[in-house]
Amino acid sequence: MINKLNQTLDFYHKALNVSAARHELLSSNIANADTPSFKARDVDFTKTLQNAMSFNPGNMTATSTMHMNGDRTFRSIASSELLYRIPQQPSIDGNTVDMDTERMQFINNSVKYDAGLTFINNQFRFVLSAIREGNA
Amino acid sequence: MSLFNVFNIAGSAMAAQSQRLNVVASNLANADSVTNSNGQPYRARQVVFSTLSTTTKEAKGVKVAGVIEDKSPMKVVFDPKHPMADAKGYVTMPNVNVVDEMVNMMSASRAYQNSVNLMNTTKSLLQKTLTIGQ
Repeated sequence: MINKLNQTLDFYHKALNVSAARHELLSSNIANADTPSFKARDVDFTKTLQNAMSFNPGNMTATSTMHMNGDRTFRSIASSELLYRIPQQPSIDGNTVDMDTERMQFINNSVKYDAGLTFINNQFRFVLSAIREGNA
Repeated sequence: MSLFNVFNIAGSAMAAQSQRLNVVASNLANADSVTNSNGQPYRARQVVFSTLSTTTKEAKGVKVAGVIEDKSPMKVVFDPKHPMADAKGYVTMPNVNVVDEMVNMMSASRAYQNSVNLMNTTKSLLQKTLTIGQ
């Protein structure tokens, strides 16, 4: 039971990590809306999350059965996953930030992050409910 | 925690945009300054933005790389009674384009508002993150 909880939490943990990194990227795009020759960047959320789920840093050498495995959960976005946004209306100074697109993606990503938090909280609530045998 | 870096990014954008607003204010205030301390008419100034590296490699902030003087030609007005008029009666006026500056001002103020919005959204997300499991 607790193992299953861990698996579910691991997924949302990674999803939140990717979402937070994307939040940062989109903020950078919006902040640089007036910077000449700035190229807007973004990641493919689905692909990045899939990569994060299949990411395996390899086991650390354990010389004793008491040793713990390394942290396998944390991973930020790799540079190969960073893409350039295709501009809909390129500007003459070489800037490719389209404010409508960026704002829309930003709100979209914020709601997804919020949803991730809600799912995690609900997981805890389910377990608590089971522990309390359904009482409150 | 990458969400905290958003404050640095949005903060740098706000600083840069407020400097731009400052330059716009200077240009508008001096739109009719026919002479400065050097005896020359005022030249419009413009800020140049560039990216600013932050703790995360991919996400960049904004900084003001420099303030340049506008190279566009000065306005010349025929006014023989003016004390700064030349021998033919022409006065060289600043090359401040008031319409351009107003547009610049609106753009700077909207960009500033956008940055404030980024900060508020990020702050509420971080606060919600702190309440996980409660």
